[in-house]
Amino acid sequence: MPCTVTMTVNGKTVSREVEERTLLVTFLREHVGLTGTHVGCDTSQCGACVVHVDGRSVKSCATLALQVDGATVTTIEGLAAADGALHPMQAAFREHHGLQCGFCTPGMVMSAVDLVNSNPSLSEQDIREGLEGNICRCTGYHNIVKAVQAGAEAMNADQAAKIAAE
Amino acid sequence: MANPNGVGASVRRREDPRFLTGRGNYTDDFKRPNMTHMVHVRSPYAHALVKGIDASAALAAPGVVAVLTGADMEADKVGSLPCGWQIHSKDGSPMKEPGHFPLARGRVRYVGDAVAVVIAETKDQARDAAELVMVDYEELPAVAASTRAATPDAPQVHDEAPGNVCYDWHIGDKAAVDSAFAQAAHVAKIDLVNNRLVPNAMEPRAALGEYDPSSGEHTLTTTSQNPHVIRLLMGAFVLGIPEHKLRVVAPDVGGGFGSKIFHYGEEAVVTWAAKKIGRPVKWTADRSESFLTDAHGRDHVSHAELAMDKDGHFLGLRVATLANLGAYLSTFAPSIPTYLYATLLAGQYKTPAIYAEVKAVFTNTAPVDAYRGAGRPEACYLIERLVDIAAGVAGLDRVEIRRRNFVPASAMPYQTPVALQYDSGDFAKNLDIALPLVDYDGFAARKAASKAKGKLRGIGFSTYIEACGIAPSNVAGALGARAGLYESAEVRFHPTGSVTVFTGSHSHGQGHETTFAQLVSQRFGVPIENVEIVHGDTAKIPFGMGTYGSRSLAVGGSAIVKAMDKVERKAKKIAAHMLEAAETDIEVKEGRFTVAGTDKSLGIGDIALQAYVPHNFPLDELEPGLDEQAFYDPKNFTYPNGCHVCEVEIDPDTGVTQVVAFSAVDDFGNVINPLIVEGQVHGGIVQGIGQALLENCVYDDESGQLLTGSYMDYCMPRADDVPSFTVRYHEDQPCTHNPLGVKGCGEAGTIGASAAVMNAVVDALGAFGVTHIDMPATPEKIWRVIQDATPAMAAE
Repeated sequence: MPCTVTMTVNGKTVSREVEERTLLVTFLREHVGLTGTHVGCDTSQCGACVVHVDGRSVKSCATLALQVDGATVTTIEGLAAADGALHPMQAAFREHHGLQCGFCTPGMVMSAVDLVNSNPSLSEQDIREGLEGNICRCTGYHNIVKAVQAGAEAMNADQAAKIAAE
Repeated sequence: MANPNGVGASVRRREDPRFLTGRGNYTDDFKRPNMTHMVHVRSPYAHALVKGIDASAALAAPGVVAVLTGADMEADKVGSLPCGWQIHSKDGSPMKEPGHFPLARGRVRYVGDAVAVVIAETKDQARDAAELVMVDYEELPAVAASTRAATPDAPQVHDEAPGNVCYDWHIGDKAAVDSAFAQAAHVAKIDLVNNRLVPNAMEPRAALGEYDPSSGEHTLTTTSQNPHVIRLLMGAFVLGIPEHKLRVVAPDVGGGFGSKIFHYGEEAVVTWAAKKIGRPVKWTADRSESFLTDAHGRDHVSHAELAMDKDGHFLGLRVATLANLGAYLSTFAPSIPTYLYATLLAGQYKTPAIYAEVKAVFTNTAPVDAYRGAGRPEACYLIERLVDIAAGVAGLDRVEIRRRNFVPASAMPYQTPVALQYDSGDFAKNLDIALPLVDYDGFAARKAASKAKGKLRGIGFSTYIEACGIAPSNVAGALGARAGLYESAEVRFHPTGSVTVFTGSHSHGQGHETTFAQLVSQRFGVPIENVEIVHGDTAKIPFGMGTYGSRSLAVGGSAIVKAMDKVERKAKKIAAHMLEAAETDIEVKEGRFTVAGTDKSLGIGDIALQAYVPHNFPLDELEPGLDEQAFYDPKNFTYPNGCHVCEVEIDPDTGVTQVVAFSAVDDFGNVINPLIVEGQVHGGIVQGIGQALLENCVYDDESGQLLTGSYMDYCMPRADDVPSFTVRYHEDQPCTHNPLGVKGCGEAGTIGASAAVMNAVVDALGAFGVTHIDMPATPEKIWRVIQDATPAMAAE
């Protein structure tokens, strides 16, 4: 049975008629055309598909589009500022060479942002355990950990500046 | 002022912005008008006859466009997937080379062997209908383990390969080795398994076929490390499409590690089917399909012996290896356990006599081919484990026995007894840097501190060498390669002075768009943002051999240098004309062309403009344009080498091993971008640690079922399984035979790491009388070793 699913994706309302079994990742990639979110496995292990649903990281390959009807979804395409300036976490991944082939990167960055939002004072061990659900085959994680540490500092500094300004 | 984006600078990668914002273009991201989706019907049996295929229910299912089988391909005269390397057995006979069809013809030989494809409007429809294809199988006995496949009563995988033997090959001087053993004071022995692995690039393989009936042109977009190789193999051998009517595009590719070198059947099926049904056809593997059908790596069973004199000097090495090739020959499979393995058995040591025998067998498992390191990790692991055992036999420290046997830097170039000639390397220097770096002197105190906490601490060394930059075409050809192994490049200056470089190398994570642009920026003083690197499209680039064997910079980068040499020569002629000077009087530095002893000079940008606006050109002597192409065929392999040191702590109650420190000191020759090089080393090390402690591809030997077919069963290294690393390199030993002096860094981490980890694990367990444990050293395996040894120790 086709059904209509409506959600806010990267600030825009999108509505599509899809089969009930349609996964969120399929909805985003095939129906909305946002191919930045990737599928790297079929057992919800690799994390290449991580997006934010109402601000929290979610594996979109293990979520039905219907389940998040009405929700606010942010994908990797929606993370940078409207003027194109990279999010501090994206910038940190570039500065610290936290990516190579780029395939796991969208999920890795989305997970890292949620990790910092949930705990602003992450230790190296917190980061390593927090990224347990994201597999990278290229980097050996060394530079990802450095990038997340730097990204967290930059996000915290932005947050502090925002509070000071208010 | 030094060029901030030139050679030696850690330039931040130019490809990152698109990957970080979700704007990469991977094969599965492409959509075409009227595109269909293809799903495979794959054999659930490891070995069976296919008695019949009933597609009627599938054809009646919603959205189904076609169901195609091996019989349809046979009717269209589709050929077998070719093998790119031929090995001859000891007796001179060529290897057995059974047919390997994109869709099986009458018999399937491993779980996942493709039987049919369903093409439908959507992927879900194709997947649903694939369930409805009724295949009548008659199951046959199967064999998965190489050791059983090599026995006389084993099931036969191919009728044309009696005893399942593909080849029985050897290298080296057997008589010299026998005589070395006759004189030996000490002999060290080892039996080991090099565990089978699944490469697991994070992007699953995918392929999109298109056909334009108006031009007769086929286009294949595919997850490949070498699009021209795919075009040649598929066009000439499988589908019979002339190369000028076949375009192969390898766009952004999400990791390869060797597994995307090979020509796979799915590429041929989408290309063929797109013409047959008159619509674009896309296939993307599920991860489960990747586990079943990507070419796997390693899978050796070996026995080795090392003869020494009374002082621990190596006299002779004898190795016998049984290699599992899987059910069919993948593109470069035969070369991996032979010329990329046994030729590296000298390691860093001056062992005067070496003899190796390699028997390669077919089994009912996925094909086995190159995986990061490809033969060289197997060689390094065998030698470095054996050297540790030899230290025990000879009563020497493990560092001392290595030092005593190193080929000295003064002996370079050094001819090994197994075909290769090392051009450069200072192995003692690597060790000299490593020992203080890891505080080797403080190890005893750290071990005691661990012991006080109830933990077992061990340290392990791996002094590795590899052969990269594959390779001189004449040498490879003499060894059985059916391809040339050069690389191509074109450097095109545009009229306004910006540059496009077309390279035959392919980047799937290595950062060529940055490193290669640094070469051009350095040479001509052009801002890096004015340099574009184009790769991965046979319609754009000259015929290139692609990326594998850590060859991109050493071979592909050298081709760019050769093309830049040509550009500079031409530019010099133009400058001489413009400056009204003799060509011999023109001096060139970083894109500035000056008449010697004067202040008359021109920049490369001025020259480029003149080259395309030749209003006043001596056309008899000078063609317009500034666009040069070069092919570079190396003189030798390159020989990256180094010293890896691993420290582990084992909890004897649980058997859990923690890698507490890992340091790598490498000699990659000259380094263009340190940031990228270090990243390659980190990633390589973790694949080596993965093999040593976590990863294992397991088939049930009787049924041939893959028991580790997902990330739930196959243990991939995750962020909390590994530490951060200490990585150092030195540039004192540049490669002597390529213009950049570079050696390659892509596989070194993986080649060196497994042995360092396992030597540390065995060292930690030394108190239990353990001399060897096979990989992966899982907690269960270690716990059992400790439990088995403890009663015996208690009894003493």
